[in-house]
Amino acid sequence: MILVYINSTNGISKSSFEAITYGKKLGDVIALTNGGALSEDLASLGQYGASKVLVDRAIDGGDQQQITKMISSVVENNGVKTIVFSHDLFGKSVAPMLSVRLRAGLVSGAISLPDADGCIDVNVFSGKALGKVRVNSEVKIISLLPNSIQPEENGGSCPVEEISVDTGSVSIKVLSTKKPEGEIPLPEAELVVSAGRGLKGPENWGMVEDLAVSLGAATACSRPVADIGWRPHHEHVGQTGVAIRPNLYIAIGISGAIQHLAGVNGSKVIVVINTDSEAPFFKAADYGIIGDAFEVVPRLNEAVNKFKTS
Amino acid sequence: MKILVCISKAPDTTSKIAFSEENTKFDENGVQFIVNPYDEWYALVRALEIKEAGGGQVTIITVGGASDDAIIRKALAIGADEAVRIDAEAKDAYFTAIQISSYAKENHYDLILTGKETINYNGSQVGGMIAAELDVPFVSLASKLEVNGSTLTVEREIVGGLQVVELNAPAVISCAKGMAEQRIPNMRGIMAARTKPLNVVDAIEIENLTEFVSYSLPNAKSAVKMIDPENMDELVELLHNEAKVI
Repeated sequence: MILVYINSTNGISKSSFEAITYGKKLGDVIALTNGGALSEDLASLGQYGASKVLVDRAIDGGDQQQITKMISSVVENNGVKTIVFSHDLFGKSVAPMLSVRLRAGLVSGAISLPDADGCIDVNVFSGKALGKVRVNSEVKIISLLPNSIQPEENGGSCPVEEISVDTGSVSIKVLSTKKPEGEIPLPEAELVVSAGRGLKGPENWGMVEDLAVSLGAATACSRPVADIGWRPHHEHVGQTGVAIRPNLYIAIGISGAIQHLAGVNGSKVIVVINTDSEAPFFKAADYGIIGDAFEVVPRLNEAVNKFKTS
Repeated sequence: MKILVCISKAPDTTSKIAFSEENTKFDENGVQFIVNPYDEWYALVRALEIKEAGGGQVTIITVGGASDDAIIRKALAIGADEAVRIDAEAKDAYFTAIQISSYAKENHYDLILTGKETINYNGSQVGGMIAAELDVPFVSLASKLEVNGSTLTVEREIVGGLQVVELNAPAVISCAKGMAEQRIPNMRGIMAARTKPLNVVDAIEIENLTEFVSYSLPNAKSAVKMIDPENMDELVELLHNEAKVI
């Protein structure tokens, strides 16, 4: 039995569908979540292969210790042999705790299904190499890097069952939560438009945002731009910021320092727009445009709009 | 407050990544090692700030061989009071976390800080594992940490936002950008580091839950295709028909 933990605090994201699809390729899938998500939304996990969804309504998700206890209890009661997480900020915090509690080996940031020998690929050295990991324990935990597998719909909705697990007292009290509204979360975005110091000032980001809206992309930036306060820190991609692996990464006015590349080198396709033909980013790019961003970006936006309406 | 900061050695960002012994080992030849930046810039510096404001002691701990002493001295030069090296080659995150927990159990810390991940294995595992082994709360990806007596107020990154939480020490916290600013060790710090205590501790026996069986380098990118800046229709066409991403 495969258990897929779903973080449904902000609704059900694409990475949850990916995790269910991944689990389904390994065996029969039960999905587990907590909190107040709508039952009909949870039932839709059946379309990706979940046979049922368990939900503990009393657990809000702010305390990782509590979630860990809830998952362990479900694992033990259902004879689960493999637990799948999405390797998002939530999976990163809960999967290691569960690994210790169950003495189950954890593959952190998996990008492939297990091969014939049960080994799973992960990115190492900030995306500069791949490693093959073998898990020696009987119970295994796989934390799946978002955008590593395409969600596959192959069924209808599934039953949702309410459960109640006694997890003891809560030790972490949530005082406030701040969520940027109406934006696509960067780590999950399939398309990302990113810009750097080449844009000369925060007032010039309008064209970047326009292009992002036309494409349905998230916006991102380089480290210097976040450090001088032109853009919020959560947009900073790179070694010390967020590491992303979208299908398309468009870099505008970013030279491509090695620390920046470490955060984006998992992208499937990279487009680089820069005035400097010697910018190191061109070496990592699939498509390159040498030109002035202030001319090229509006032109690209126009071309995208033309394509979208055709 | 008694604070334990977990540090790891990591290859300098500009290092050439290569593998030896039939692609089963990272080739350390000619590689410059540094303190993992998240451990140093965020976890260690914030620990020092907390100590400077409210008193206490900052101990750094790592799992590794004698070759790690160089990065340990660097962390001592930045300002940690003492260091512990658990004398074993770190096999995986679980091995590392249980070694550290075993030491922490005997020495009782109010706060254990780690970086959010290492830049070589990027697993983001050790902090949560230590918390689970010690059965204390874990807050991951903290961007701010305030200490008031034994009450900890932490701002953390969550999926799509930021959250402020409150909890009581003892706890384990993994540190990300925003926690503190990098400190460059000064000459006095470097001199003092030479005489600060570095305790080498024997490792305990731990089973191997996971192992890296081999490594490989990603396929080389094909050469970049240059597009006429006047012709963005061509780029859109290529992204649609050739790259199939839009």
